[in-house]
Amino acid sequence: MFEFLAKLFGKDSGGSKNIAKERLRLVLLHDRSSVSPELLQVLKTELIKVISTYLEIDEQALEVSLETSDNQVALVANIPVRGMKRLNGELAST
Amino acid sequence: MGEVIVITSGKGGVGKTTTTANLGTGLASMGYQVVLIDADIGLRNLDVLLGLENRIVYDLTDVIGGNCRLRQALIKDKRYEGLYLLPAAQTKDKTAVNPEQMKQLCEDLLKEFEYVLIDCPAGIEQGFRNAIAGAQKAIVVTTPEMSAVRDADRVIGLLEAAELRKPVLIINRLRPKMVRHGDMMSMEDIIDILAIELLGIIPEDEMVVISTNKGETVLSDERARSGQAFRNIVRRLKGENVPLMDLDGAGLLTRLRRFIGLK
Repeated sequence: MFEFLAKLFGKDSGGSKNIAKERLRLVLLHDRSSVSPELLQVLKTELIKVISTYLEIDEQALEVSLETSDNQVALVANIPVRGMKRLNGELAST
Repeated sequence: MGEVIVITSGKGGVGKTTTTANLGTGLASMGYQVVLIDADIGLRNLDVLLGLENRIVYDLTDVIGGNCRLRQALIKDKRYEGLYLLPAAQTKDKTAVNPEQMKQLCEDLLKEFEYVLIDCPAGIEQGFRNAIAGAQKAIVVTTPEMSAVRDADRVIGLLEAAELRKPVLIINRLRPKMVRHGDMMSMEDIIDILAIELLGIIPEDEMVVISTNKGETVLSDERARSGQAFRNIVRRLKGENVPLMDLDGAGLLTRLRRFIGLK
C-alpha cells in the first residue's frame, strides 16, 4: 500500500538514475586511473601463470575487474579452482 | 584588473555557447565591459546566439594573423552597452591559432575589458588547448547524462593539469520532475561524482529555444526560469552569495506532497 502511494506521489523509487550513477562511477574509475582494459588483460594473464603453479584453475571463467563501493576501490578477482596440484607430494593434497 | 574565463565541457551540445552568451549579456547588463571570444574555429555559433551574424567582417584568425587591428574585429552589441564579440573564423581550422597567440590576445583584451569570456570548442584537442591557454578561471558545463558527466570529469582533469585550478560547475538542462522520480541524476549525485564546486543549475526550458530563434539570450526574459537561473549565476560570478533557486516549483501538488512527507 505504501509503495503504491509512493509511486502515486512520485517518490524516488530507486529509478534508473542509480544504475547510471553506478555505471558512471565504474567508467570514471577506469578513466581516472591508468588501469586500461589492456593492462587488466596483461594482469589477468600473469595472474593465471602464477596461480597455475599452485592450483588448477578454470582459465575461461576467471574474472578480474576494478570495482567501487563506498568510495573504496578494489581489485576483485573471481578465480574458480578446479583442483589442487601436487607439489613434490608435500604442499598439496587433493 | 579583469578576468579571463573559459567556458568548456568536453562533450558537445551541452550548452557552452548558450552559457557564454547568457553570462556575457548578464555581465554587460550590470555595466561591465565584456568581450566574448568564439574559440570554436570552423564552427562558429556564438554570433548567431547573440543575433550578430550579419555584422561579421573580421574574425579571430584575422586579428592573430595581423590582417586587421583588434578593434576592427570586435563587434559591438546593439542591445547591451559594453558587450563585444570576437567571432571565430568559419573557413579556417583550429591549427590557424596556437596557445601562445591566444595568451597574447587575452592579455591585450584585458587592457580594455573587465571580463573576457571564451567559448571553448567541444573536444580536448588543439581547439581546447587554444581556448584555455589565456584563461585564469574555468567554468565546466555539463548535463545530467552519463556521457556529459564523464567528459566533464576528463576536462576537469585536463584543466587542473594545465594549472587552471578549481574549475566551477554549471549543470544545464536539469529536469526536476525526472530527478524527483529517480530517473535523472540530481545535483547532489553529480557534485558527488565530480567533486567540484557548483556555480549553478539551469532547468530544462523551452524558452531557451525560443530566445535562440530570435537571436536573444534567455537571461533577458523576466519570466523564464532558465533566465532567472542565469541571472543568479552572473551574480555568483561576481562573488555574491545567491541561494540556488527552488527548481521544484511551488505547485499545489508539490506542496501537498511535501506536506504529507513524501518529499
